[in-house]
Amino acid sequence: MRAARKKRLYLILLVVVGVGVAAALALNAFNQNLMFFYSPSEVNAGKAPPHHPFRLGGLVTDGSLKRLPNGLTVQFDVTDLQKTVSIQYTGILPDLFREGQGIVAHGQMRDDGVFVADEVLAKHDEKYMPPEVAASLKDAHDKGVTAVKAKEAGL
Amino acid sequence: MLRFFHQLGSPKHFYRIAGRWIPWLAAACAALMLIGLYQGMVVAPPDYQQGDSYRIMFIHVPSAWMSLFIYIVMAVAGAIGLIWHMKLAEVIAISSAPIGASFTFLALVTGSIWGKPMWGAWWVWDARLTSELILLFLYLGVMALYSAVEDKRTAARATAILAIVGVVNIPIIHYSVEWWNTLHQGPTVTKFGAPSIDLRMLIPLLVMAVAFKLFYATVVLMRARVEVLQRERNAQWVRELVDIS
Repeated sequence: MRAARKKRLYLILLVVVGVGVAAALALNAFNQNLMFFYSPSEVNAGKAPPHHPFRLGGLVTDGSLKRLPNGLTVQFDVTDLQKTVSIQYTGILPDLFREGQGIVAHGQMRDDGVFVADEVLAKHDEKYMPPEVAASLKDAHDKGVTAVKAKEAGL
Repeated sequence: MLRFFHQLGSPKHFYRIAGRWIPWLAAACAALMLIGLYQGMVVAPPDYQQGDSYRIMFIHVPSAWMSLFIYIVMAVAGAIGLIWHMKLAEVIAISSAPIGASFTFLALVTGSIWGKPMWGAWWVWDARLTSELILLFLYLGVMALYSAVEDKRTAARATAILAIVGVVNIPIIHYSVEWWNTLHQGPTVTKFGAPSIDLRMLIPLLVMAVAFKLFYATVVLMRARVEVLQRERNAQWVRELVDIS
């Protein structure tokens, strides 16, 4: 390779590395601002901004969804399997909203520790399967759970 | 073999060889796209959560892959043009930009159409969506810069530098869903371990991905031929070509 070409090659590599390092530093510095939502553990640890709206994400706890007496507001718990936060929301829930599903809610913490949401988005996971496969998976899971329970009861 | 590549580097031979390849590439693309669409829209089973709405991914996911792939091709071709002053690499780089921009736009639009019923929002400013939008602006910037400069060889050099600097965005887009909390789901196919997608859905998706690659190959060669003719409009062989036809 001729010297001039070599020089240009190194110059380009230097540019790529330089821009890469700069971007890595910038992204690292703004890391928290690039998070789309806070998890219940982070909220519990006081990392979420108090008295300011923010987004809260987690899995809807099984069996926690209930309608408040006014008939319009729903309340449910979200969890990251470590901490749990209760959410109240008045409005239409998205198609994918169901218990056990991930959601992201936008709103504010009330003083009593309930998160009052003005928007609830469903977070889809990366799994794609036909209904019968999902059914047989759930079946196998339930059988496994029953077997474990039977074993525990037997011991 | 080496002679073949050497010939490909000369605009005249490239024009001839590309003209011969285009019909075959186009035919293969059309065949695979028909198979992929039929498999994806009719044969593949519905999803256990989304029903039939998930089928938009047979367009969305290959488009998003292509938006990244074409950008890398464009930047590498731009770098080759800068280092070795190879005219054909410059032509390939600039011919790729509008195709990449189109695929990026398609990925954003199909994602938005899917997002409204599934997430409950047309658009959110999470890391994946925002970085993909920046990619669209990079493509548009490359196209604008190229047409803003009168001398096309200078223009090619300037756009190549812009394209190379923009490469930093590619890993950010790809890993955004792993580095940060995003509303967009994590990788299904390109993660370590088995893809978490049913085989009957994965196969049409991969067929569509290959079809989109062939589409790009076809269109980039067509665009590159036009670009070559424009650049070489004063050359002897182009004048002869015009005289014959």
